[in-house]
Amino acid sequence: MATSPEKPFNSDAQIAAWRQYLEQHRAITAVDADELEDHLRADMERLQQGGLSADEAFLIASKRLGKLDSVAREYAEVHSRRLWQHLVYSQPEQGHGWYRELFVVLVLAIAAAIAIKLPDLTGWVPYNDNYADLFYPQNLALFGLPFIGAYFVIKRQLGLHGWLLLSGASLLLSLAVNAYPFVDYADTLMLSAIHVPIALWFVIGMCYTGNFWQSQSRRMDFIRFSGEFAIYYVLIALGGGVLTAVTIGLFSFIGFDIDVLVATWILPCGAMGALVIAAYLVEAKQSLLESMAPVLTRVFTPLFVIVLVTLIITMLLTGQSFALEREVLIGLDILLVVVLGLLLYGVSSRDPHRAPGLFDALQWLLVSAALLLDLIALMAISGRLFEFGFSANRVAALGENLILLFSLSGYAWHYWHFLRRKQGFNALEQWQTAMIPVYVVWALVVVIVLPPLFSFS
Amino acid sequence: MNLSKDLMAASSTPLVLGILADGESYGYDIAKKVEQLSGGALNWTDGMLYPLLHRLEQQGFLEARWRVAESGRKRKYYALTDLGKRSLREQQQQWQLITQTLSRIWNNTQQPAGALRDGHFA
Repeated sequence: MATSPEKPFNSDAQIAAWRQYLEQHRAITAVDADELEDHLRADMERLQQGGLSADEAFLIASKRLGKLDSVAREYAEVHSRRLWQHLVYSQPEQGHGWYRELFVVLVLAIAAAIAIKLPDLTGWVPYNDNYADLFYPQNLALFGLPFIGAYFVIKRQLGLHGWLLLSGASLLLSLAVNAYPFVDYADTLMLSAIHVPIALWFVIGMCYTGNFWQSQSRRMDFIRFSGEFAIYYVLIALGGGVLTAVTIGLFSFIGFDIDVLVATWILPCGAMGALVIAAYLVEAKQSLLESMAPVLTRVFTPLFVIVLVTLIITMLLTGQSFALEREVLIGLDILLVVVLGLLLYGVSSRDPHRAPGLFDALQWLLVSAALLLDLIALMAISGRLFEFGFSANRVAALGENLILLFSLSGYAWHYWHFLRRKQGFNALEQWQTAMIPVYVVWALVVVIVLPPLFSFS
Repeated sequence: MNLSKDLMAASSTPLVLGILADGESYGYDIAKKVEQLSGGALNWTDGMLYPLLHRLEQQGFLEARWRVAESGRKRKYYALTDLGKRSLREQQQQWQLITQTLSRIWNNTQQPAGALRDGHFA
């Protein structure tokens, strides 16, 4: 033929380019790319043995592997831990999209900061009322958390459904908290103030997943998000605390007393605004924490095991286990909730592919110890129920401990089977996400059903 | 033949587990065996095989290890775990039930009286 000789096909360069495109997807690691490349090369070799040229073989083999984007999406579904959000829900940050998001975040943070001062400024707080000092504690979650929800409704482009869900849920909860005719300093009011954030947090979760809690991998992402959100928020609070302390000190040196300004403005506004900022930071800078947070759980899990085991041994030796004081019981329940949080995060930050190891055995130990403590608490509560009869607090504690008993038993069971290699880690993950609606339903019961049941006292 | 997406998703797990029941293997080999055994009629999008393998690994059905193949390349080999073997047995029974039932239904509709006379049901 008369045409100029074509450039010899360089298959290594082609494969390298193909591989580079593959590795752009955050769900595909270098190891996965190795595996896919091996497949591609094996297929090419076979095609070339059949008489095709290298470039033809490359074309056919790469086509057989399928569209790389849909393959990557499939990886994303299987390996949710790796990618978090970047693959499905947002394109790589580029150009002005980045500024737009930051703008939304700042507006929402400022809105949250203004919202907390609004009742004060417009005189909504009935200060002549007996329980005016309870207005903020009982409504605290309702000021800040909806703005995090709004951030995700915008970010995940949930549209009208998202806004309806978020505003409807916030409205319902704020009605239950504010419209119920609570007796002054009612126990049921305190209980609902504690449980409202749980219900609202779940609404945030529904927005966070981008598909209203539909897929397992996104649910696990949300648990991960929650853990890292907590860490970021504490970091911001620590930094903010140091900064305000220094500022107060400096101003007092030059003769100004700004304590009141700090307490009435800087502290509440800062705390609310920081909620949205922390949520944004987890979204945007998650790779910073990705390696740190699992380390934190690894540090704290053994410590918690030691604390729980010591507590159990002390209780059994001193015979204190059956007649716990009210305060001890509350402390115990708080401890159990913290352990559950640690557990939730520990499970979600674990690579499900790794074989069971020492740390999983430790987790199992933690679950078992918590289970034992929960049983002790349940015995104490039932003792108090028989002695003093039903009260809102006792019913709430009973419900919480029963749910913990159920949930922790499931964890213990699944961890045990995982450790003995009778099942994969994903059974545990499924148990974990299946239990979350149970916690939320119980929180709703406490907020909505319990107050009328105990005539708002 | 183009299988529906649902059927493809449902059948891919027993296919992979069944092929690995003969001993450990790697992705390309599994894809080729499926193609051969189906007479070339079942063609998967090969790339989708790997997320499936990884999912089965997460579920504890498979165990993976890297080896160096004769070609000198790293290659990831998958093998059934005890859990995977048990799951395969269960799935075999379920699929046999389905295929037996279907073939009886179809035999009956084609030759209404034939099946009974053959004594299959006696």
